[in-house]
Amino acid sequence: MHRYITKRLLLIIPTLLGAAMIIFFMLRLIPGDVCEVRLAGTGLFVDEAEIELCREKLGLTKPILVQFYTFVSGYVTWDLGESMWTGKPITHEIAIRFKLSIQVAIMATLVAVLIAIPLGVISAVKQDTWVDYVVRSFSIAGIAMPSFWLGILIILGLLIGSQKFFGEPWMPPIYYVSPFEDFWRNMSQLIWPAVATGYRYSAVVTRMTRSALLEVLREDYIRTARAKGMIEKVIINRHALKNSMLPVLTIVGIEFAFLMGGLVVTEQVFNLNGLGRLFVESVGAQDFNLTQQLVMLVVLVAVLTNFLVDLVYAWLDPRIRYG
Amino acid sequence: MAIAETATEYILPEDVRDPWYVRFGGLMRRQPLGTAGAFIVILMVLATIFAEVISPYDPEMISFETMLVPPSISHWMGTDAFGRDILTRIIYGARTALFVGFTAAFVGSTLGLVLGVASAYFGGFFDLVVQRLVDILMAFPLIVLALAVVATLGPGTLNVVIAITIPFIPQCARVVRSSALAIREIPYVDAARALGFSHSRIILRHMVPNVMAPYLIMVTTFVGHAILLEASLSYLGLGVQEPTAAWGLMLQGGAEEYAESAPWVPIFPGLAITLAVFGFNLFGDALRDLLDPRLRAR
Repeated sequence: MHRYITKRLLLIIPTLLGAAMIIFFMLRLIPGDVCEVRLAGTGLFVDEAEIELCREKLGLTKPILVQFYTFVSGYVTWDLGESMWTGKPITHEIAIRFKLSIQVAIMATLVAVLIAIPLGVISAVKQDTWVDYVVRSFSIAGIAMPSFWLGILIILGLLIGSQKFFGEPWMPPIYYVSPFEDFWRNMSQLIWPAVATGYRYSAVVTRMTRSALLEVLREDYIRTARAKGMIEKVIINRHALKNSMLPVLTIVGIEFAFLMGGLVVTEQVFNLNGLGRLFVESVGAQDFNLTQQLVMLVVLVAVLTNFLVDLVYAWLDPRIRYG
Repeated sequence: MAIAETATEYILPEDVRDPWYVRFGGLMRRQPLGTAGAFIVILMVLATIFAEVISPYDPEMISFETMLVPPSISHWMGTDAFGRDILTRIIYGARTALFVGFTAAFVGSTLGLVLGVASAYFGGFFDLVVQRLVDILMAFPLIVLALAVVATLGPGTLNVVIAITIPFIPQCARVVRSSALAIREIPYVDAARALGFSHSRIILRHMVPNVMAPYLIMVTTFVGHAILLEASLSYLGLGVQEPTAAWGLMLQGGAEEYAESAPWVPIFPGLAITLAVFGFNLFGDALRDLLDPRLRAR
């Protein structure tokens, strides 16, 4: 097991290096950079020399391999560089937004799991009845509905609803407060984006729960349990559900790793100052440093989550042995 | 010889299958959701082809007399802040969505198909390199990779197509490779090699036709994904640009400003996206059931 863990952890390094190469060279493939966006974007006449000076300052004139070396060696010295747009250290830019995004991500996962597992179980137990059809339609709709549109609808509903009931429109607060400072204020801000991203997430998990449970319910030991007269509830909860949780766990892990993608749009809708929004802004400003670091962060989260899911898998299912 | 003579008497009867409409009806009964999906897809295709004929207005005509008119007989879905008819823009938006969706899905999965089959066929070092590359690309969330491509190329309809195509290639390559690995072991591939056929001929003529089922399933699923992705990118302002009609673009800056005055502005385009993706997903699911029951688990 230890050997397996070491091997997997070591394999992460080439993956990250590959991702670093792809993102680094892709961003520099096409002409245009942050200096042009910043100086020429104002619409005023800009001296070519001024742009050149700006590039010089940001190190964009150095040979590309030197730039790549600076980028990668930054991970060893823990110096991720500065944002080309704001000039502040990237670690700082990420740190001030990380809490918000990770909180929304965790809350969205909770929302998803709390909705998905009961629904998936009901849908599997009542297979091919109207309950099943309703649950399945609900989850297919969740996959089709863009989360930013759901976010817009939630805001519309909140505004119109509060107008109707309290006489004045209410909007979730815009500034982030830590949940340890003001729990309710924090919740009233973040619960809505968590629901908007969580719905889609839950749809995927519901489908997986349903199909995994249906598979397990066809096993021989379920028939045995029924034959010996066990209560159906116990069969479902103890025998079937536990054994069907493995694929569900995988899908929860994969979706969590990719949650960042959902946050990119949701944070925009709810005006949240999180990592997703930072990413969109950095792309718009052609801030290469920031974009590549954020992409690397997302890839790191994805790779680590996959690794953790594999480990938990082995821990939950003694039949799986990694050698 | 006698056997052969008697055998000739058993000529296959005339086509005993039911006429096509009866078979089609049976298919509809067995796959009601898939039929619904196909219906939505066909509706979208028709809207795309006949956009000029069916849409009541000009999608790019700005009119200040008709700004934010609520839904009425003359404007079924109301008008937006520039006085443009929303129904018209939704019909033209179907054109954008289908163009981006089909092109990205088709090109992405076809490149993935060739890469996946080649990877399985050659094996060895080539396979290893391709698979590591696929691993790396698949560690990027779809929209993050697409955004990174947009960061490189800049916004615009064609760049959006490229941005959406690239993440599809590794996904399709992975699925196709696993099917192609099984086919590679079947003796006819060895036979083809023994006959001295070139690698490209074996890959394209002998192996590719046999992985058509997973390929077609991937294409239909990708169209739905691509429509959603295009809408997200356009919503973020990094996709299709004004004045082109695109659903995601129509949702831009919709919520707060229009909540009280014009809720119809954000509602209808979102409904169109949901319906379109819904249709392609249902269609894809039904196709999967028909073509390859083994893939049903996922």
